[in-house]
Amino acid sequence: MGTVAAHGLRKSFGDVQALDGVDLDVPDGSFFVVLGPSGAGKTTTLRAIAGLEKLDGGSVHLDGRDATADTPAARDLAMVFQSYALYPRRTAYENIASPLRARKASSSDIAAAVQQVAALLHIERLLQRRPAQMSGGEMQRVALARALVRRPRAFLMDEPLTNLDLKLRVEMRTELTRIHRALGGTFLYVTNDQVEALSMADQVAVLRDGRVQQVGTPAEVYERPANQWVAGFVGSPRISLLSCRAEGDRLVGAQGWSLPRPRWTTAEDGRPLLLGLRAEDVSVEKRGDAALTGELYALEPLGDRTVVDVRVGSETVKVKARPSVTGTPGQRVSVTVDLDRAHIFDADTGLALSTSGR
Amino acid sequence: MAISIDEAVPGPATDDAPPERRRGGRGRMVVEVLLLTALAVAMLFPVLWMLETSIKENRDVYAVPAKFFDFQITLDHYKDVFVAPGGGQSDLSGSFLNSVIVAAASTVLATVLGVPAAWAYSRFTLKAKKDQLFFILSTRFMPPVVVVIPIFLMYRALGLIDSKLGLVLIYAAFNVPFTIWMMKGFVDEVPAEYEDAAMLDGYTRLQAFTKFTLPLLVPGIAATAVFALIFSWNEFVFAIFLTSSQEVRTAPPAIAGLIGGTTVDWGLVAASAVVFALPVLVFAYLVRKHLVAGVTLGAVRR
Amino acid sequence: MAGIEVTSLHKKYPDGTVAVEHVDLSIGDGELFVMLGPSGCGKTTTLRAMAGLERQTSGDIRIGRTLVNDLPPAERDIAMVFQFYALYPHLRTRDNLAFPLRAEGKPEKEVRERVAEVARMMQLERLLDRKPQRLSGGEQQRVALARALVRRPQAFLMDEPLTNLDAELRADVRTEIKHLQAELGTTMVYVTHDQVEAMSLGHRIAILNKGRVEQVGTPLEVYDRPASLFCAAFIGSPPMNLIEVQVAEGALHGPGGLVLTPPDGLPRDRSLVAGVRPEALEVTAPGADRTVPARVVSAEALGDEIIYVVDHGGGTDVRVRMPPTVRFAADEQVGLRHAGGTPPVYDTSTEELVA
Repeated sequence: MGTVAAHGLRKSFGDVQALDGVDLDVPDGSFFVVLGPSGAGKTTTLRAIAGLEKLDGGSVHLDGRDATADTPAARDLAMVFQSYALYPRRTAYENIASPLRARKASSSDIAAAVQQVAALLHIERLLQRRPAQMSGGEMQRVALARALVRRPRAFLMDEPLTNLDLKLRVEMRTELTRIHRALGGTFLYVTNDQVEALSMADQVAVLRDGRVQQVGTPAEVYERPANQWVAGFVGSPRISLLSCRAEGDRLVGAQGWSLPRPRWTTAEDGRPLLLGLRAEDVSVEKRGDAALTGELYALEPLGDRTVVDVRVGSETVKVKARPSVTGTPGQRVSVTVDLDRAHIFDADTGLALSTSGR
Repeated sequence: MAISIDEAVPGPATDDAPPERRRGGRGRMVVEVLLLTALAVAMLFPVLWMLETSIKENRDVYAVPAKFFDFQITLDHYKDVFVAPGGGQSDLSGSFLNSVIVAAASTVLATVLGVPAAWAYSRFTLKAKKDQLFFILSTRFMPPVVVVIPIFLMYRALGLIDSKLGLVLIYAAFNVPFTIWMMKGFVDEVPAEYEDAAMLDGYTRLQAFTKFTLPLLVPGIAATAVFALIFSWNEFVFAIFLTSSQEVRTAPPAIAGLIGGTTVDWGLVAASAVVFALPVLVFAYLVRKHLVAGVTLGAVRR
Repeated sequence: MAGIEVTSLHKKYPDGTVAVEHVDLSIGDGELFVMLGPSGCGKTTTLRAMAGLERQTSGDIRIGRTLVNDLPPAERDIAMVFQFYALYPHLRTRDNLAFPLRAEGKPEKEVRERVAEVARMMQLERLLDRKPQRLSGGEQQRVALARALVRRPQAFLMDEPLTNLDAELRADVRTEIKHLQAELGTTMVYVTHDQVEAMSLGHRIAILNKGRVEQVGTPLEVYDRPASLFCAAFIGSPPMNLIEVQVAEGALHGPGGLVLTPPDGLPRDRSLVAGVRPEALEVTAPGADRTVPARVVSAEALGDEIIYVVDHGGGTDVRVRMPPTVRFAADEQVGLRHAGGTPPVYDTSTEELVA
């Protein structure tokens, strides 16, 4: 029903290379998230797949067929825009009905379809309102309804939750997952929020500067990042990266620390490396043989946890600790490291070197 | 982020500063009002005089000392604008009609050509777009009179001299760049996303434009059309040079033609001028809100 | 160094809108005080009134011991950092930093020294000769911060300074601001709508809603015992679960059979809601001790934890925070139980904390 593939997409705007060879393979029925910082090319990729941007190179394939030359209308896709793009002079009903009217459906078919999708999204009471009379959350639902009212080949979503407040965003995440399960369609979702990506995706493609860095399940992308940039982008707080090199059975840090060398590292001695430590894999409360000493820089109490910022020389280690942890900036602290869950990256290429047995 | 002080914060409670500032403030205001009044009088006096002349008896027009208030009102001059001395349509009314035809036709042409062009410039990336737009705008830097002679020669070769079509074409040519520039500002204000959404809904690009964007552009088109209309209506140089016969002449040269010779019927001249100015004033008033928008669009970058 | 006292602040605009209904704040000397709330709650208006950029309709503002109501911004000895940096685009960084000092008429030698000092503190040395258009967003914000620092004011006022930065950069600059404030010990009033920012930065947080202060407390106080349903829903991600409860047999009974430990002194005959944080609930295998039967609606695997949305027959679904090692699939039958301490309990009609 709905496979979407992009091969080698290339697009530049003036002298900015927005897409530099993007490859994507979206399986039928999956919730596929393209994740990346602003400027990475996510929206451009989505618009290219929709047919709203002309490509400089590469091709778009829908259900196996080369659709690169097709108009947006012919591609049988639906899109939810970041700004919702609801027609301002028309009621919600008219907005939702628009895709069906464009394809000359009968009035009775339109009425039935609109009622059905309005019930799915709980917006029946909004149907006669105009966009100016709706809140952000309501407009977002109407925009979703417009996309869902047909059964297109795939649903494209361009950061639809960005303009909502936190509470609504959390609720809509669950909603979208529920809708995806109920409809079973192919969702191609673009966002710069890694929490959104991890919480909703069947598969994540991490994009940076117009190139795909890694594709995998949320768990894969989090636990086995392909390079240090992906490791840094996915996960909050950000992964701590410490410069070091292997020497015999030790890892020796540029800041003067020394840790036992994890058994699974295959890097040869002397190669400049980066030790990657996730905040939940280090502790200021437990004791162990593998430990670093540093200075407490700041404490960030977040309610269900406190993030402790420890400076090891000029580098930072972020530690996830219990909410009740206290300390004074400047005091010496000892950070215990779970080396079995650490990551090692090549400092020059950034690529992940052998990972542990996770 | 602009800093706003919504109420005057009183000065510090020290002894110096306040007294001088206050006196200076009021004095300044008086000078400002005086200057503005003088300016207003200087600018509005000719208009007022023209209005009065158009309703004065001929003998009062020439009266010395000049009469401002105590004169008899007559509408004969206005009648003379439209009715010829021996009855029937006057020559002037024919010129007015020509003005209406030429101005309307050139405005329609400029709008029909300019709006799609503006839309294209707004939505698409084109080679050297900025340069193209600047080139288009630059045609307005030049006083039209500079090219009167070449145009005259061209028209003579094409047989367009003394024709309404010739005027319509040249007016449209001058209005199109302006229309493009002003409309582009309005089109920029309508998010391209509506058209994107419409195309994904299943409409063609043209349908997306006509169904969703065009309705939102109506105020902008109205404002732009009024500006084009004003230019065409008031245009004098090309009208004088490119037309000669009574049947083709538009109002400006016709009214100017009233002046000269041994005696000038100033009452008629004034009445013709008032009649000539009226339509534009009415139009401009109707779209006044959009006129400000058109002139200031895009001026402030957020 | 100075604390800030805001007493009975009220701001009404000529068209009738009330931006600030009634605000009382007592900010200690050297404190990093955060005003948190949704847009339109009055936090920015209060900050601007403190700065002197808006004049309050009534109420007093004291900085240090000085009543500043009638003082223009330049004379209040405060420095402000805006959301939009507000750097002078025609000046290089070093001149942007020097501007406030030169405006005060300080001798050039002192200006140069203080600019160098602040550039070192904010790591701007290699950016001193650039103009703002050649600086990134994060760099511009650091320059804006440095420009505020260079004046050594009695207090810093920050109006959502991180909103325009990328998510990654925001976390870094946030830590820097916290560290800087701790080092300098200068009073700082910080306005934001981002509750994570508020929690991580503030010594104390004031939650504002519709022109009033709903609660003032340390991050943990505000997190563990929100003073009203509004605060409970506003702080914490995912938001607090709000469960309707009845008092019976010495326990709080929620719909679907969920049992919670009751606090003391609970009124019996009122409609009550208990606030239960996602980490205070537990999802287990079905039939485990003290659990009620439930079904997993969805599972959000966030890397270092999993958020389960669970339907236990209680009307609304609840969110449960579990370690990443505990895995259940969507639609799976599970057990749900309360694993935390005494929850805060609210009266449904007043929306206030009752116990």
